[in-house]
Amino acid sequence: MSIFSTKKSWINLTIWVLLIALIIAAPSVLPVFRLNLLGRYLSLAIVALGVDLIWGFTGMLSLGQGIFFALGGYCAAMFLQLNSAGEFPNGIPEFFGLYGVEKLPFFWEPFKSSIFTIISIWLIPAIIAGLLGYLVFRNRIKGVYFSILTQAALLVFFNFFNGQQKLINGTNGLKTDVTQLFGQMVGSEIMQRWFFWISAVLVILAWFFARWIVRDRFGNILIGIRDDEARVRFTGYNPVIFKTIIFSIAGGLAGISGALYTVQSGIVSPQFMTVPFSIEMVIWVAVGGRGTLLGAILGAVLINYAKSLVSEALPASWMFIQGGLFILVVTALPEGVLGWIRKDGPKKLLFLLGINKKLETYPSLEVNEQGEVKS
Amino acid sequence: MQLILESLFNGVAIGSVLLVAALGLAIVFGLMGVINLAHGELMMLGAYSTYITQLIFKQVSFLKPFYDSYVIVAIGIAFLVSGTVGILLERTVIRRLYGSPLETLLATWGVSLILQQFVRSVPLAYASGLVIALFFGLFTPLFISDDLLHGAKGKLIRACTWGFSALLGVATGGVLSSLVSKLSRASARNVDVTAPSWMRGGIDFVGITFPKTRLLIILITLISVLVVIFFLDKTAWGMRIRAVTQNRPMSDCLGISTETVDIITFGIGSGLAGVAGVAVSLLGSVGPNVGGNYIVGCFMVVVLGGVGNLLGTILASFSIGIMTDLIGAGRLLTIWPDMPSPLYSTIDFFATTSMARVMIFALIVIFLQFKPTGMFPQKGRMVES
Repeated sequence: MSIFSTKKSWINLTIWVLLIALIIAAPSVLPVFRLNLLGRYLSLAIVALGVDLIWGFTGMLSLGQGIFFALGGYCAAMFLQLNSAGEFPNGIPEFFGLYGVEKLPFFWEPFKSSIFTIISIWLIPAIIAGLLGYLVFRNRIKGVYFSILTQAALLVFFNFFNGQQKLINGTNGLKTDVTQLFGQMVGSEIMQRWFFWISAVLVILAWFFARWIVRDRFGNILIGIRDDEARVRFTGYNPVIFKTIIFSIAGGLAGISGALYTVQSGIVSPQFMTVPFSIEMVIWVAVGGRGTLLGAILGAVLINYAKSLVSEALPASWMFIQGGLFILVVTALPEGVLGWIRKDGPKKLLFLLGINKKLETYPSLEVNEQGEVKS
Repeated sequence: MQLILESLFNGVAIGSVLLVAALGLAIVFGLMGVINLAHGELMMLGAYSTYITQLIFKQVSFLKPFYDSYVIVAIGIAFLVSGTVGILLERTVIRRLYGSPLETLLATWGVSLILQQFVRSVPLAYASGLVIALFFGLFTPLFISDDLLHGAKGKLIRACTWGFSALLGVATGGVLSSLVSKLSRASARNVDVTAPSWMRGGIDFVGITFPKTRLLIILITLISVLVVIFFLDKTAWGMRIRAVTQNRPMSDCLGISTETVDIITFGIGSGLAGVAGVAVSLLGSVGPNVGGNYIVGCFMVVVLGGVGNLLGTILASFSIGIMTDLIGAGRLLTIWPDMPSPLYSTIDFFATTSMARVMIFALIVIFLQFKPTGMFPQKGRMVES
């Protein structure tokens, strides 16, 4: 079997086995609180896959993935709110009463349908990402310009959602944990277990999807754009189309991730669109290994797990650690952990420490007992 | 007429804070192609410097008679503090990442996180001690003759200057924390800078009151811009900076030390962030997150103004400032009350400060459709530009 023949595949296989073992073992080992956290991190791994597609493969650093993440979350939350709104006056969610709104705003209407919601969770963020991307890429805006534009867009969306009390409950956000789904409370233990399984399955599906995208010619063009966009253009491809498509796909993945995260954390609020959160997504990918899909998943889960452990023990130190991580990973570990392992990083480290003296630079020759080279 | 004048004044006041903050960002971006995400935190350091200067003037007996002039001293101190931290940042982090602007973006974000947490968990007295140690450690070697800095003796001298600076820093920290009790404990709470008495109130002119703080900020901005223009246009180092901005490899070939140019420019850019911090501290309370409120506005200025031309930065800041005031304060509606009703309701919808940002962003994206590289793009024949 060719796919298990190289070293890279062995590393991948090991990590996959560990990851799947973790997913299968977790529900029976971990208490519900921890299981819920793990489920959230798995859902964050999906948005990290999207970031990896646009940054690791296509070389566009978006600091605004939080927009699409939050949009997905809002889609899910609006459906859940409407789904359990029957008991409230006027048949609309409770918070509207606080602001004297009596009629459902028009854009809420379609979210009464579950099918529309399931489609909109990824389609709406994808469309908005595609639109925003097209307007930016069309003018050959890229590099740092693109990054700060996406960051500005993020802040703009944050301001918009934060200020619109009457439309989407503004800064308070939409709560989902007390809403009903299939006659169960969304925040209940059994539902949370289900969401964990859904997140786990969707991460794996998202990985297959992303792998399918980057495997063939499409992926090659993406890498071409990353390494030399002008040359791709001269070869006759139009980078705008490819960049728009991949940005839109990443937006869709962010939407799915946001919806899963929302139902597991119990609330969606404009806090999902703050600047630090979106930059954190980039660091998950950077630590895991950009340009490696598995690295994105690994980075998202590990960093978030570390974050919750450190924040519980020493709340003030996480900012220092995170800041240091940003600096360290770009200066010392540009390929991320997975890239470092694949490039014989551990061997070199052992060599540097003086434990492993022999560093093979040439293919070794077969020698006989006298030290002569066998012919 | 009065309304228009008032609106114009407010717009210029908002724009001048943006301008002095974005000026440093724009110069550095033009020169090195690097966006410094820690720029907001350098502003924050400037704002904290103002606060510390104010406290020192209040507490130390021989400085008390000069309390009213502390703002002017603070501008200088803020410039030096932010400039020092900026130079340190350039020498330790940004230099390693030359040629990869996206990585620099991430690394400077890491620096900004560390700086934010730093002012939260380190007492301000010792933080200023550290800055003083860095300042003398970095700059003393410049005043020692080059012959002394070579060889083994040079190393010893360098080590001595750092040791001396460290001692000085510790001493400053100790003295400050014993003199000013407010600085001796770490605190995450926001602090307030009180303006001296001559800055309170306003000046009445043609029936409008112009607040003196805002007038002072406009003055600070005006002076900073003039100094920067003078520096860039009339001095030898300014010419070198312009040369490297236009064509780095060619300048290098002609014998310009691009390394020194980078350090100087980054220092000046960061120092300007410090000056912006003084302006910010006069407008509201100062906290670890104060820079974040302004930084995205600065990015918009850089995107809209384009690089390589200060005029673009100036025009962009003032147009963003005036737009913010016109839309955000709902002034457009007062100036032109009988506009068509769909337009009226649209503008009414955007008539808050945060919604004005939404509108301005949309307008900037539309503007970029026609002028993708800003108002005054750099001329060149590179394939990438």
